[in-house]
Amino acid sequence: MAQTGEVAILHHHEAPKGFIRKYIFSLDHKVIGIQYYFLALTAVLVGMTLSVFMRLRLAWPDATLPLIEGGKMTPEQYLALLTMHGTIMVFFVLTTAPQGGFGNYVLPIQIGAADMAFPLLNMLSFWVTFLGFLVMIAAFLVTGGAPIAGWTGYPPLSAVGEIAGPGQGLGQTLWIVSLAIFCAGALLGALNFIATTLDLRTKGMSLMRMPLTVWSWFITAILGLLAFGVLLAAGVLLLMDRIAGTSFFIPAGLVISEQIISHKGGSPLLWQHLFWFFGHPEVYIAILPGMGVTSQILSTFARKPIFGYKAMVYAMLAIGLLGFAVWGHHMFISGMSPYSAIAFSVMTLAIGVPSAIKTFNWLGTLWGGQIRFTTPMLYAIGFVSLFVSGGLSGLFLGQPSLDLYFHDTYFVVAHFHMIMGVAAIFGIFAATYYWFPKMFGRMMHEGLGKLHFWITFIGVNAIFMPMHYLGMVGHPRRYADTTGVEYLGSLNSLHVFMSIAAFITIAAQFIFLFNLFWSLFRGQKAPENPWEATTLEWTVPSPPPHDNFGGNYPEVYRGAYEYSKPGVTKDYVMQTTPDAAAH
Amino acid sequence: MATIARGHRHDRGDDFGGDEFGRFEPRGGPAPGAVRRAARTGMLLALLAITMMFVAFTSAYVVRGGLSDDWQPIDMPRLLWLNAGLLLLSSVTIEEARKALNRGLRAACNGWLAVTTILGGAFLIGQLVVWRQLAAQGIYVATNPSSSFFYLLTGAHGIHVLGGLLALLYADIEAWRYRLGPAKRTLLEVTAMYWHFMDGLWIYILCLLWFGR
Amino acid sequence: MAFLLGLVIAIITLATMYGFAFKVWWFPAFISEYGAAYDHQFQITLIVCGIVFFLAQLGLAYAVWRYRDRGGRGSYSHGNNVMEATWTIATAIVFLGVALMGQKIWARVHLDAAPANALQVEVTGQQFAWNVRYPGPDGKFGRTKPELMKESLGNPLGVDPDDPASKDDVVMPVMAVPVNRPVEVLLRSKDVIHSFYVRELRLKQDAVPGMENRLHFTASQTGRFEIPCAELCGLGHHQMRSFLLVMSEEDYANWLKENAPQAQ
Repeated sequence: MAQTGEVAILHHHEAPKGFIRKYIFSLDHKVIGIQYYFLALTAVLVGMTLSVFMRLRLAWPDATLPLIEGGKMTPEQYLALLTMHGTIMVFFVLTTAPQGGFGNYVLPIQIGAADMAFPLLNMLSFWVTFLGFLVMIAAFLVTGGAPIAGWTGYPPLSAVGEIAGPGQGLGQTLWIVSLAIFCAGALLGALNFIATTLDLRTKGMSLMRMPLTVWSWFITAILGLLAFGVLLAAGVLLLMDRIAGTSFFIPAGLVISEQIISHKGGSPLLWQHLFWFFGHPEVYIAILPGMGVTSQILSTFARKPIFGYKAMVYAMLAIGLLGFAVWGHHMFISGMSPYSAIAFSVMTLAIGVPSAIKTFNWLGTLWGGQIRFTTPMLYAIGFVSLFVSGGLSGLFLGQPSLDLYFHDTYFVVAHFHMIMGVAAIFGIFAATYYWFPKMFGRMMHEGLGKLHFWITFIGVNAIFMPMHYLGMVGHPRRYADTTGVEYLGSLNSLHVFMSIAAFITIAAQFIFLFNLFWSLFRGQKAPENPWEATTLEWTVPSPPPHDNFGGNYPEVYRGAYEYSKPGVTKDYVMQTTPDAAAH
Repeated sequence: MATIARGHRHDRGDDFGGDEFGRFEPRGGPAPGAVRRAARTGMLLALLAITMMFVAFTSAYVVRGGLSDDWQPIDMPRLLWLNAGLLLLSSVTIEEARKALNRGLRAACNGWLAVTTILGGAFLIGQLVVWRQLAAQGIYVATNPSSSFFYLLTGAHGIHVLGGLLALLYADIEAWRYRLGPAKRTLLEVTAMYWHFMDGLWIYILCLLWFGR
Repeated sequence: MAFLLGLVIAIITLATMYGFAFKVWWFPAFISEYGAAYDHQFQITLIVCGIVFFLAQLGLAYAVWRYRDRGGRGSYSHGNNVMEATWTIATAIVFLGVALMGQKIWARVHLDAAPANALQVEVTGQQFAWNVRYPGPDGKFGRTKPELMKESLGNPLGVDPDDPASKDDVVMPVMAVPVNRPVEVLLRSKDVIHSFYVRELRLKQDAVPGMENRLHFTASQTGRFEIPCAELCGLGHHQMRSFLLVMSEEDYANWLKENAPQAQ
């Protein structure tokens, strides 16, 4: 074929010179991926710090705290922490690190491309996201402080301004603006991912040979493309209600603190529909890349082909598709039509089926393997365990009748922290330990990595499992303390237990940070393929050259997970190994 | 199967190859024309995202219109129809520009491009005049839900048209500097896709505003 | 490493199940007609989830320990379509079956209308209190006006004194209902979204401004039960709480009489 002729016209694409073009306003997907990763790392440190203060307040409401004005945290400060913790974690960590970070870095290499389809848009999407982060952080610094309406920002609380509470003035406005900016960046990123996957795959990389990581980023990008436009629209409407005097979400006749609000005729439920139409797919945007990474890592370190590759692909597609039809399960008790609740409930439980398929296939991948317990493998196994724990509580919450008791209790908090919080974070950790050698050319310290895993894995279970019990007792979420309701008094010991578990777990994250930065400079030099894995990123040097393949684009001959193939000397066959050489 | 997938990308008759600047600089995979295809895919995806945004606005419009007892229809200024005419016409002229460039007729292409840009600019000015007319009648954004949606939809569309206009201006400048040759078809092609979409979107919004009054 | 990981997964699994199996932290006893069905449905879901949880986690723990690297080769298998089909169909049947079973309770709460003889009570949320209004002997709620809503003047609901139907309305900060009599709650809000939650009734419903959401129940036991707010409504959210007082018919009649507005 025309391969040789083409290669002749492709010259080695020169890396830009100069610090700014190389590291700041870089067009290279690898640099942009690392930028996204460090943005998420910064954001997660902020979000984690907020949770430390929240846990302090919940366990010891009367304690004198450092860094807090007046020493004692007020309920509104608690709610501001809660709102910002949720928003920063969901958008700037769980959406940013797996997709913007690892997706950006690894996807083009795994499909054999020199870069993303639109490098300029790629750079733009990072800097737009960064701007969004700055605006979000600015909400802390304005008069009135950060908003208190939760990460879901339900109007009228989020729409009527300062009269509804401290932080509901400029802070809430900045929150909306930040999300709108974030949406713009996410949309640019999503279209880039999809176009790249569709059009820039190298020779032989058919769809069904793509690594499951690529599939997961691809499907995530489709979800993002369809969902973020809706959040952007909703944000515009909310902003107009706040600053242009419109009444999209604010009904007539509101009286707050004896003051009549002049808006009329809007619908608070409209926001909820628009928000959750985005918000539910957002959950999968956070978790799907984790599923992809877990599949990749389980197969690599079990030294086995992935069990049921096609089933895995179809399951992810089904999750993505159904993800757009279940938003109503966040609104069972909102006053929406009880008939639609039944439909949403059936769709929701149906989404459990592809999730179960994935779990069984992961177990099937481990079954009969030769498991190597590297740190990324530990995190991938941890992901499966957390995915099971967090997924099953969805079976309760997906039923409107059971939701009559559990809605907006700690049972929900436990559920989504388990699945979308820590399971997704485990995906990020797994990806970090797995691709760090490729990204930075050095290995991370295995001993420290394992120590980090053990404390974190036991720790997150100790934090979030007991939260289910709070939900059993009927502890409503978003409560600054337990003093207002009698039946909550007995639950303080559980709060103390969870707080201590949280502090230990958070302390363990400094092991990770130390390992990350230590390995960056002092880690052992990484070879090209330290894990003996099969996908394309392991065929190039660590770290890869500027255009990934030095002009020699690879040709792909087989699927991504050929481990332990009988009759082959080594226990893995690279995707680029021609058939003749594989025997 | 691999060969088929590969052949499929090659045999589409990608005449010139290279990226949108006409340079043969590989941006991923060795297939010439991949960048051109990606540009079209990317534009389609961008249009899909814009569609979702307007789907959200539409559902808000339908829901909000359905539940309120304070909805007062606004008199749609007649200028709107003229504006629609201008925008429709500009779709024709950009198509002419595209055809001219495909045939290598640079001068004709440049002329049609300039006309399109002027028509697009005239549309936006016309829309601003419509806003002024409504304001003169005392109809502002917050006057009534119907006026809120009127300003919202025309405004959101206008911002998108402005984006398209900037792309057109860029193409104009390139043309003026004798840099818009057939090798840059992709730039014009995706701009035309976007422009036609803005045209269709405007017709849709007009219908929505008209029937939803 | 393999053994330790399997052990830790197993311990986490069993510890979690212990909490649920021995009801260390549990629902309060129910007092409404939905309670028995609710607790039953919860039990069934818990058993289904418990079995899946146990098998999946211990399966994982076992696989991790059993298939640790012993220097051989992994088995070369790309999957098994029969198994895929089996677990797809099995989970679909189990999950959808559970989902459909639970709809009966939902239908009773939301699709069945309140009995005709139900006592109507209006509950209105505001930052940060519940206002409960009884229609009085005339059975009609009087008109309310936003401009009259002044808690400082003792009229948080803005009941219009010019409306004859409002003369006998009783507005209270707590909710008393007679035992064994159907009650229909009309839920409203003055300002932001609140949520009416009584654990013992196994009921929760948002109070949304601009809407009237309805609930109905029959309380089967006398007592005092808390009504916390379950939807974030601002800085006093955690303090927004009222009581549901379930009384005998007699006590209820007296309570209503004691709190009735004085005739002028």
